[in-house]
Amino acid sequence: MFGARLFPGGIHPREGVNGKAENSANPIQELPAVSRVIIPLSQHIGAPATATVKKGDHVLMGQVIGEPAGFVSAPVHASVSGTVVEVGNCKLASGATVPAVTIDNDFKDEWVELHPSEHPENLTAEEAQQIIRNAGIVGMGGATFPTQVKLTPAAGKTIEKLIINGAECEPYLTADHRLMLEHAGEIVDGVRLLMLAFGVKDAVIGVEENKRDAISALSDAASGIEGLRVQGLPVRYPQGGEKQLIYAITKRVVPTGGLPIDVGCVVLNVGTVFACDQAIRMGIPLVRRVTTVGGLVNNPGNFLVRIGTPVKALFEACGGTTPACKQLISGGPMMGISFKDTDCPVTKGTSGILALGKESIYPEETSCIRCARCLDACPMKLAPSRMDSLIRHERYDEAEKAGVMNCIECGACTYVCPAKRLLTQSFRMGKKVINTRKKAAAAKAAAEKAQLAAEKAANEKEKKEA
Amino acid sequence: MQRHLTITPSPHVRDRASTKNIMQEVCLALAPAGIASIILFGASALKLICFSVLTCVLTEYLYQLIAGHKSTVGDWSAVVTGLMLAYNLPATAPWWIPVVGGVIAILLVKQLFGGIGSNFMNPALTARAVLFISWGGLVASYPNTLYCGGVDTISSATPLALMAADPSQVSFVDLLLGNVPGILGETCKIALLLGGIYLIIRGIIDWRIPATFIGSVFVLFLLTSGFNFELALKEVFAGGLMLGAFFMATDYATCPLSRLGRVIMGIGCGVFTFMIRAYANYPEGTSFAILFMNVLTPLIDRYTMPKFFGEVKKNA
Ligand code: SF4
Ligand code: SF4
Repeated sequence: MFGARLFPGGIHPREGVNGKAENSANPIQELPAVSRVIIPLSQHIGAPATATVKKGDHVLMGQVIGEPAGFVSAPVHASVSGTVVEVGNCKLASGATVPAVTIDNDFKDEWVELHPSEHPENLTAEEAQQIIRNAGIVGMGGATFPTQVKLTPAAGKTIEKLIINGAECEPYLTADHRLMLEHAGEIVDGVRLLMLAFGVKDAVIGVEENKRDAISALSDAASGIEGLRVQGLPVRYPQGGEKQLIYAITKRVVPTGGLPIDVGCVVLNVGTVFACDQAIRMGIPLVRRVTTVGGLVNNPGNFLVRIGTPVKALFEACGGTTPACKQLISGGPMMGISFKDTDCPVTKGTSGILALGKESIYPEETSCIRCARCLDACPMKLAPSRMDSLIRHERYDEAEKAGVMNCIECGACTYVCPAKRLLTQSFRMGKKVINTRKKAAAAKAAAEKAQLAAEKAANEKEKKEA
Repeated sequence: MQRHLTITPSPHVRDRASTKNIMQEVCLALAPAGIASIILFGASALKLICFSVLTCVLTEYLYQLIAGHKSTVGDWSAVVTGLMLAYNLPATAPWWIPVVGGVIAILLVKQLFGGIGSNFMNPALTARAVLFISWGGLVASYPNTLYCGGVDTISSATPLALMAADPSQVSFVDLLLGNVPGILGETCKIALLLGGIYLIIRGIIDWRIPATFIGSVFVLFLLTSGFNFELALKEVFAGGLMLGAFFMATDYATCPLSRLGRVIMGIGCGVFTFMIRAYANYPEGTSFAILFMNVLTPLIDRYTMPKFFGEVKKNA
């Protein structure tokens, strides 16, 4: 029940069949290319990319098919060579409809001309940011925030510490584990190149201690590199939460409403660093990722899959789901989204695809018994039972005071609640309402200000005319 | 592929613990004390326990039926209340005492305030207090056990009263085994400790409450008696302290949520128990101390909520 902890709260979520224990032994295998990929232009947080190809165009593998629209955005590349058959829309696992480019694979795998960096060890920060942006790299742990934005600190802020997230604390997921085992060298190289480019003297790769083999592989690769160390972390969900990881490793607390950079840290997922290494060393953009397929499938595994591959291809490669499967999840069981339509494509943020059984179906909600388990589990030290009751009574202002905006939606409280209350869902909704209200209030204030200004101008004009 | 797939919000795994199995475990933890009471006080103990539990469950069922609420008797919480109420009665109480008490506990204290989790005072203890005020003679008597005078005889003095005069009059072994006059569930400390420790190990109750509650009673008696170790220890093992500290003060609905709040709860209960035992003309203070702290719980909650993670001054 207790166990070591390096951050407040946290839980040990349970796993079912084909979880970490079984699946971490399965080496990464390449999923054979499919004949048609659907590549969403919005696979990241921020503005969707704008399509740069049209129907009938021939594209090469790695070619840009969508250009970033704004600073917080990322380009999108073709993951096969072939012909564009449609520039339209597609449905993501989340159910959202987003613009997408559909490409028919010619199975030639003709790459665009790649431009490896000529001086990877002497990159300036700007050059590195440019390479990472051009490669379309986003947070691959699932958050999908454009990486170059994270690596562009606001004026007056400096990156003191790079923290590499190899915690992989979600149950079932083993993609990062396999990547760390099989590509420890590239990951360490990637960290080193980033350290050089951004002048960072201190980097830590944090890995949960249930991945001893990955820790030793990384430690071997990192030996002799000054300022880089690998740190084992206690197994505890959500160890991989940005704020939790920073605290566990540096004892620095990201202030409420702040970003990691406010305490001098940038957190990157191991998969993201691997992608950066590939982009710098070889010029390869982000067109593939490692995804775990686990749970109630016949042959679970870890797959190197092309972005845009329909999820059903992954299930087929795993011999299909077993009859006990009741729910499909994109991501991990704690924070992932459930979906039905297996035509949806694998995106840059798809860390796993899981088939879960009846344990994933919600039991009926009952009244809160005030057992305080949710308080003990919350890694943000919030009082979920209280916030939940405030939100359900539509007392949003009080809920905000009670800290609901700090909720990282990790699901730990909902996991432990014996009354099976949908706490996290209630906070998601509450946050949305509060944000909408804030925006409305801001818009109103702005409108009033504009009106005042207009009136004033009119007055002055009158005065002048008079 | 598309057969019976469902869509639900995350998280998609849940802990196995449910309200029902928590309550069942509490019943299990209460069982040794119940068995001990039947051994110590005989069939009348069993009779009272049955009446109490049945009344509580039935009252909850009927109320929810009539009020058109969804039935929650399946969560076993009414059984817990029934056991607690019975354990707070003397073996000599007539059958209708737990019946009246059960109705008060479930109907007035629990359901009318919104059901499980919403009551602000411990149902069993509130019912006991009402019974005590209304039928004091029947409820506030402390029969001897079968092995020491017989249940028919009402003790002239409880161990607490005897101890107030001279602690050596009470045997420590009798206190542990429960062979002393008292109410049903409170006498056998071994049984209570067994159940209490089980609940702590299972993570169902917070150790902070019993530890600080019992600890503060001990320390206060030690300090005020000129370091009479024997007296302080026997005070801890006498009366309803163990029953209250492990099973009543830890009632989820009526104890604070935060850890700090729980420490305050425990110490508060301890201080009031001590004050009533030592200074009031009434030997047993546990239940009133707990009820008093129940009333303070919302206030304690308000001022002891932990700071959010990140709600600190920026590291310079
Ligand atoms: S979902 Fe929010 S409230 Fe619940 S444990 Fe996570 S951070 Fe805390
Ligand atoms: S875990 Fe559930 S039942 Fe317990 S206090 Fe929190 S919301 Fe209430």
